[in-house]
Amino acid sequence: MTGGAGALFLAVFLACAVEGVEATTIVLAAGTARDWRSAGAGVLAALAALAVVVGALGPAVSALPLTGLRLVIGALLLVFGLQWLRKAILRASGFKAVHDEDAIYRRQLAEAAEAAPAAGGTARRRVDGYGFTLAFKGVLLEGLEVVVIVVTFGAGQHALGLAAVAAACAVLLVAAAGAAIRAPLARVPENTLKFVVAIMLTSFGLFWGAEGAGAHWPGSDAALLGLIPAVAVAGLALTAVLSRRHARLGRG
Amino acid sequence: MRRWLRSLAAFGYDFVIGDDWLLPLAVLIGLAASYGLAHAGLLAWWPLPVAVAVILPVSLWRAIRGKRRAD
Repeated sequence: MTGGAGALFLAVFLACAVEGVEATTIVLAAGTARDWRSAGAGVLAALAALAVVVGALGPAVSALPLTGLRLVIGALLLVFGLQWLRKAILRASGFKAVHDEDAIYRRQLAEAAEAAPAAGGTARRRVDGYGFTLAFKGVLLEGLEVVVIVVTFGAGQHALGLAAVAAACAVLLVAAAGAAIRAPLARVPENTLKFVVAIMLTSFGLFWGAEGAGAHWPGSDAALLGLIPAVAVAGLALTAVLSRRHARLGRG
Repeated sequence: MRRWLRSLAAFGYDFVIGDDWLLPLAVLIGLAASYGLAHAGLLAWWPLPVAVAVILPVSLWRAIRGKRRAD
């Protein structure tokens, strides 16, 4: 591999690894907090949609309006993240029952099982719309960004194949790392996990939403390293304040 | 088909509006402010975090007030 080709491989690998980490974070969040089956279905649907888009457009894929897509996905992710953060803070501070959402979800699954044909068939589990949608949106957006990186870097240096190999290596490596941390994640207490997921969704929503609106974050993608702790500190501070209030109300 | 559309609309409402309609409204305002500033050539990343920093405590306060009234 020549120096130029090596530099191209490294640039595409690193850029795609960053996109891969973002997509994997969203999928892990959807899978651990909701349902792995639905998150997996969302990933497969997004990959199928990506294949169709890339197959239909070819190199013209780089002309897709990614900014508009980032705006819509960022806004939805932020709204959803805020709803979860609100619930997580209310639960952690004692103002909301801890397992209310789980009870609703289990009831929905039981209703779906009852609704399935009883004669000779097994009850089909309903796909969780939230888990599916979150994983789908995250993988579709980041996947499109990976494709654009490959096309722009690869076509610019007439090495589309090498750029595609670099992207595939990066995505596979990040996906393997994500699969490896899935088991340890399952040992984290459920409500703590939901709190963390809410922080991640809110942070990514802030980042993508503002970028989609045309803003440039200081430090570009590195801004996420500041956003995530900032949202976490705000969430913990609000939990501490509300916990004290809940304790005061309990004594009063 | 009609049942499927109804459940899709209910899912969409639950996904976007959720428990407090103020949250999506604040996000919309933050995005519009960011868009306006960005297209005027000004620093535009800050309105969305500010909108979140303001609306989250307000929404929590509304939830607690509602719960206390219900109790």
